[in-house]
Amino acid sequence: MKFLDEYRDGELAQQFAREIHRVTTKPWTLMEICGGQTHAIVKFGIDELLPEEITLIHGPGCPVCVTPLEMIDKALEIATRPDVIFTSFGDMLRVPGSATDLLSVKAAGGDVRIVYSPLDAVKLAEQNQAKEIVFFGVGFETTAPATALAVYQAAQKRLRNFSMLISHVLVPPAMEALLLSPNCRVQGFLAAGHVCAVMGFEEYFPLAKKYRVPIIVTGFEPLDILQGVLMTVQQLESGRAEVENQYSRAVRREGNQPAQELLKKVFKVVPRKWRGVGEIPKSGLGLKDEFAAFDAEKKFGVVENRVEESADCRSGLVLQGQIKPHECPAFGVKCTPEHPLGATMVSSEGACAAYYRYRRLPDLIAAK
Amino acid sequence: MSAHKPIEFLGACPVPISQYPHVLLAHGGGGKLMHQLIGKMFLAAFSNPVLDTQHDAAVAELTGKKIAFTTDSYVVHPLFFPGGDIGSMAVHGTVNDLAMAGARPVYLSSAFIIEEGLPMETLWRIVCSMRAAAKKCGVQIITGDTKVVDRGKGDGVFINTAGVGIVEHELKIAPQNVQPGDTILVSGDVGRHGMAIMAVREGLEFESKIESDSAPVYEIVLKLLKAGIEIHCLRDLTRGGLTSALNEIAEAANRTLLVEEKAISVREDVRAACEILGLDPFQTACEGRFAAFIPERDAERALKILRIFSSDAGVIGKTTSGREGTVFLKSSIGVRRIMDMPSGEQLPRIC
Repeated sequence: MKFLDEYRDGELAQQFAREIHRVTTKPWTLMEICGGQTHAIVKFGIDELLPEEITLIHGPGCPVCVTPLEMIDKALEIATRPDVIFTSFGDMLRVPGSATDLLSVKAAGGDVRIVYSPLDAVKLAEQNQAKEIVFFGVGFETTAPATALAVYQAAQKRLRNFSMLISHVLVPPAMEALLLSPNCRVQGFLAAGHVCAVMGFEEYFPLAKKYRVPIIVTGFEPLDILQGVLMTVQQLESGRAEVENQYSRAVRREGNQPAQELLKKVFKVVPRKWRGVGEIPKSGLGLKDEFAAFDAEKKFGVVENRVEESADCRSGLVLQGQIKPHECPAFGVKCTPEHPLGATMVSSEGACAAYYRYRRLPDLIAAK
Repeated sequence: MSAHKPIEFLGACPVPISQYPHVLLAHGGGGKLMHQLIGKMFLAAFSNPVLDTQHDAAVAELTGKKIAFTTDSYVVHPLFFPGGDIGSMAVHGTVNDLAMAGARPVYLSSAFIIEEGLPMETLWRIVCSMRAAAKKCGVQIITGDTKVVDRGKGDGVFINTAGVGIVEHELKIAPQNVQPGDTILVSGDVGRHGMAIMAVREGLEFESKIESDSAPVYEIVLKLLKAGIEIHCLRDLTRGGLTSALNEIAEAANRTLLVEEKAISVREDVRAACEILGLDPFQTACEGRFAAFIPERDAERALKILRIFSSDAGVIGKTTSGREGTVFLKSSIGVRRIMDMPSGEQLPRIC
């Protein structure tokens, strides 16, 4: 397929891998931010082409994984109400809350629907005036503009039966939180290409400078990731710590400005809890006061119940790169994609789920 | 006062109810949950040697003749889709299940569960489509049943067909007969039916219309048999697609399968749609494709026959040993990984 096969070419991948081997002289630890990148790395086996000196840590960039349990419980509470049509992106439906998940709420009679865009939820609200339509707005800067547009449209249309449960998160504050952690091993970042397509990469310059860490805006196909790794290693080997753009076919330095303006119009920056990490200041988006009527939490008066994560789950350590998924004692035993204990096993883009799905056998894991 | 009737105790429900107090859609999705339900509830309850082979069609003897018997229900929505409809599918699907046992399909039954309010015209179109498909497949629909349920309690119409075929060869075509060294072939491109349905259902518009691959495959199988190809196993690639089919075989045959990503044909438009939605074409349903396990010496001849019917047919891998019950995939950049059974329904991802 055009614009895809070129980036999955086996021979070119080997050439990149040889070049990475050639330039690497010391051990380096890199983190790919985005769950999409993690998934591609494990699915295509990209890390197996890298020299032993290079360790890839799988970052917190899976929006489904980092959505806090409390928020999922709120979603479940709202979705159970008989007057509600609850809408969300598909992979959010399988994520377990503390007692059940949205698919089970649906099986038990709740009206839970998959939508491909929050704008579809606005349409549903127009078509079903007697029902309350709630959209579960999850994701990074990539999906936030669509959520913002939906709220904006709903306001223009004066819809009173539409609201959103918002759990949007921002990438740069999470990167900074990781860098500030005393256990941080990350020496270079592959930044999430699609986040940068929206936000540009101006935000990364202060981070690269302050923490002396190379940040390479990277795409999602095997050759993108290999080139991103190569560019990071080249910087590390030559003692540089700069922001570079590997994904120039999709990302401009200033990003998508109309999308950013829309975000500013609808959202304010708020503190947000990340599942597996904890609360990070200024790391989330919440509705501005003038759009408060669309806030499902307020509308339905759902209260936050503090819930305990499973004591067996080590996803926080996985997200910080202190252990690999298979080093967790619960991995594949108590914790599987069908019965996930924590953040990184819940979505197909979580590091534990990717390891489970593609290389849960001891000999495959031993290969890297 | 009459004596107490003996109470028939129900055993404890074998599917852990604490985890699933309700049946989920995923229990019918062709993935792990469905296999758990079938294995722990149905197989456990009905176990017998024929059922336990877990083949698409059961092969049994009846007054000295070998027959194949199968049943399947069709609940597709929308009822009409590019490349087919529920009527033609209800014939092809059951005929194909018989073909997977190497049987020549002969008779079908047809049971309709119709929702009150279905336009008579729609039902007639479906019936005409079934008639045409049955004629094309050389089968007769010799018995049937009709039920109507209240409006809102069906999805237009559900159809169940059962099929009987005659087994006219001495081969044992079953997962248990898969041998190390067997070549794995697929009869064409994969993933098309699932994407055709998804595109219509979700109102996704692509430049070209993706058409379902719904078609009978018994002719291909009979040709393979006629050519004297020693077929070890056949499996049609329906729910859960190629991935589920291969995992089912690996498990039932207790073998290791190794396939190559590059060798599996997926049409350009299907790949594009899957990329957009974050779906895996290998896990997406087909309705006119099957995988064949054939000894290496016969593989080339078999491929030639498959190619008469689809130029996309190909050798996709081989059977080995060492990791029994596991399917491996060599990725496009040459690294080996597990090709895992999907959990449940594929869900479009966030970003």
